Amino acid sequence: MATQTVTPEPLTRKDFVTQNDVRWCPGCGDYAILNSLQRTFPELGVARENFVVVSGIGCSSRFPYYMDTYGFHSIHGRAPSVATGIKVANPELSVWIVTGDGDGLSIGGNHMLHLLRRNVNVTVLLFNNRIYGLTKGQYSPTSPVGTRTKTTPTGSIDNPLNPLLFALGAESTFIARTVDNNPKHMVETFKAAHEHQGVSFVEIFQNCVIFNDSAWDPVYAKENRDHQMLYLEAGKPLLFGKNKEKGIRLKGLTPEIVDAATAAPGEILIHDPEQASPLYSQLLATMGLPDFPTPIGVIRQIQRPTYDSLIHNQVQDAKAKRGTGTWQELLHGPSTWTVA
Amino acid sequence: MRRLPVGTDSNPMIQPVRVFREKKSVVVRFAGDSGDGMQIVGERFTDTSVMVPNAIATFPDFPAEIRAPIGTIPGVSAFQVHFSSEQVMTPGDEPDALVAMNPAALAVHLPDLAEGGLLVVNTGAFNEENLKMANYTSNPLDDPTLMAHYDVVKIDISEMTQRALQDSPLKMRDKLRCKNFFALGFTYWTYSRPLEPTIQFITEKWAKKLPDLADANIRVLKAGYFFGETTETSRNRYMVARADVEKGTYRKVSGNEAMALGLLAGARKAERTLLFSGYPITPASSILEMLANYKHFGVKTVQAEDEIAAIGVALGGSYAGCLGVTATSGPGMCLKGEFIGLAVSTELPLVIINVQRGGPSTGLPTKAEQSDLLQALYGRHGEGPVAVVAANSPSDCFRAAFDAVRIALEYSTPVIVLSDSYLSNGAEPWLVPDEADLPEIHMPFADPSKPYVAFARNPETLARTQAIPGQVGLEHRIGGLEKDVTGFVSYDSENHSVMSRLRAEKIEAVAKSLPPTVVRGELTGKLLVVGWGGTHGAISSAVNALQAEGFPVSCVNVRYLNPLPSDLGDILKGFDKILVPELNNGQLCMLLRSRYLVDAIHFGKMKGRPFKVKEIRERILELL
Repeated sequence: MATQTVTPEPLTRKDFVTQNDVRWCPGCGDYAILNSLQRTFPELGVARENFVVVSGIGCSSRFPYYMDTYGFHSIHGRAPSVATGIKVANPELSVWIVTGDGDGLSIGGNHMLHLLRRNVNVTVLLFNNRIYGLTKGQYSPTSPVGTRTKTTPTGSIDNPLNPLLFALGAESTFIARTVDNNPKHMVETFKAAHEHQGVSFVEIFQNCVIFNDSAWDPVYAKENRDHQMLYLEAGKPLLFGKNKEKGIRLKGLTPEIVDAATAAPGEILIHDPEQASPLYSQLLATMGLPDFPTPIGVIRQIQRPTYDSLIHNQVQDAKAKRGTGTWQELLHGPSTWTVA
Repeated sequence: MRRLPVGTDSNPMIQPVRVFREKKSVVVRFAGDSGDGMQIVGERFTDTSVMVPNAIATFPDFPAEIRAPIGTIPGVSAFQVHFSSEQVMTPGDEPDALVAMNPAALAVHLPDLAEGGLLVVNTGAFNEENLKMANYTSNPLDDPTLMAHYDVVKIDISEMTQRALQDSPLKMRDKLRCKNFFALGFTYWTYSRPLEPTIQFITEKWAKKLPDLADANIRVLKAGYFFGETTETSRNRYMVARADVEKGTYRKVSGNEAMALGLLAGARKAERTLLFSGYPITPASSILEMLANYKHFGVKTVQAEDEIAAIGVALGGSYAGCLGVTATSGPGMCLKGEFIGLAVSTELPLVIINVQRGGPSTGLPTKAEQSDLLQALYGRHGEGPVAVVAANSPSDCFRAAFDAVRIALEYSTPVIVLSDSYLSNGAEPWLVPDEADLPEIHMPFADPSKPYVAFARNPETLARTQAIPGQVGLEHRIGGLEKDVTGFVSYDSENHSVMSRLRAEKIEAVAKSLPPTVVRGELTGKLLVVGWGGTHGAISSAVNALQAEGFPVSCVNVRYLNPLPSDLGDILKGFDKILVPELNNGQLCMLLRSRYLVDAIHFGKMKGRPFKVKEIRERILELL
């Protein structure tokens, strides 16, 4: 299908703002994410009409209404399948899935799994607030054990899912984490996700101000962030702390925190998201509270052919090999007989 | 009245006669273990017979298990072929000939064999173990009543096959697997069919890769034929003359094949890329399998992770400008319900094929039923009207699919196509249409020079205009929340009422595009038989015959179940009684009663098998 990619004037954030009133609760982390995405889109070199934002159901899934592009607010958990259809139909579109921990990992977990393993060239923004917000506060698949909600008055008992580990298990080719209180990092991460050829899975720590306020404060509150967040940069050592005074090294297969000043040369791990082996990615995906800082940034980025391009190639190959199908072939098939 | 038993070994009083008996039509059923290759020989017999040409219809009948334990009753697989010198509309009520490859096949299918019918049995398989598995306490072949009722031809097919392959390099086990071709060869001899098409088939299929196997199959096929020719075992041969069929070019199609071709043709006429997304489910899978081989037509196929994703991918494809299609069977339809609702709400074109099978739940995966009609019409929460089209014969699946594509694209709506297991597997000759005779399909696209109003409608069809991602200036959002004409979310109560009515009126508007309903027979009379879908053949055959005998009966096949054709109400008024035979518990009957306030009489069957012509005939006669 022909898509026009020429845009006469450079786009700005305003080009992506719709007239719709944004209806999230005041103070919701979604505002910052929306703002960051509206700032990211004009910088991607993609014409406005070639963006499609697809969502499921939940607070985050209202997102498409607020982005002035093509958008599809689908049904609970099913955005990955709609997005796959869109991308298969037209691989040139820039397709963004906006989902949450309930939408993407509970009711839609199966679709997410298969979207990732197929490597459909789309970007997934998974807003993780560890709670069901739109249904007014029930525990979610990422809620920690013991979470007390209306449906778990004596505390939740199921082990939470780690979104990054889930993505890694499905062999997602791009896995990243960002936070709703760092717009600059969000924009950088979104750009990197867009540039990646293949499926990009981005977990965003997002605060639900009404039903699970301060859920991520142990990680990113001002007083915690220096020693609880480990910002990843490719090629740079894993350092954290107010003055980057601490580092991560390996002891056997387990990580440990060392004093950067006294660590032996080369002992502190250097971040390499392109390692083909999933061991290092897993190390980062599972690192976090209470013993370790939480990694933020691009955890894994590897290359594999995308599903949409492979489908396209198979169609092209078939045409080259067998010739483009004709009416005669369609209707008459391999053999006919004539009654005179 | 029992017919006289014809010549058998056990009845020397009846002298064998070597003559061709002319028959108008014959029904042959091949039955054996599911590993015996009965489907292959059935298909070969079919392909050979269409070349005669005979009019033909087939009915494959196989177990849900791929390999049930060998020799058991659940493992029996059968293929029925009805070939005739006259028009054929069903695979036949009861076989005139039964080929039984083992005791279990005999046990399952003998009750169906017509009195005096030809029974070919493979005595080689009638050993103690197999008899026990078929629940026989003694060998039924020793029972003199069997000989009295049927023209029994006992052949040790296993032994004959081995003998024919004495010097073949194949292993013993593989040699024995050729025995289905012996049965086929013998049947060809009995019904005077040529061997060449089958030899050609075997050569094309195996000669290159497995030359020994090809050679063995051909040898065994010929051995079966020559066995008939050279032995005194069988005395009867039959001729079925060429059928006087409509002139033109034909090909043999199964229902699922015709369905796939109809989708391809519709997409091509509409100049849309076909994006077909499915999840394997019996008996719909072969539509996806077939379309996966049409990539050179630009078709994109996706095998999704589940039934829900399958329709989601198709809907996403439709949103992005393709023709999105998915196919499934009953259980899958349940899972697709929410997405069909989304397609109704977003008013996107989408075709959903339901190849119905026996239900509820896993039910009878390989058997036919028509019990998903009300699900198709009403199986969603909220007021969620969709168009529903039913195919009425294997080849008619082409037209049903094409029609569904037309309605989906021209009315921007999901359309459900109802087929069934019986139509999907059954095959018949199809008079190939000319491309020029297929109607054009026009999708209502938005004018890019004007501001886009997502739910602005064509005043005639009420279809909403479509804009496709990638089109400049037409950016918009759609979704499952209620919206107003602009496409913006609206919780306004008046607006919801208006939109609900518009969605229903749009589906009703489809009726204006439908052809007049065809009444077979007089437009008034004592009884009108109203059917839908795959019962068409049995109903028409019964009614045709009764009309020829002077009975005041007519029939109608309702092809469009939603909206119902605008002339149907008046047609019903012309008759004293309305009979509605259905393979369910009275679903169309209920629709007709509620919609037209007629005292329609329900006639149901839920045995996993299609109606017999005889059953319909008897019920009609009771009412006349």
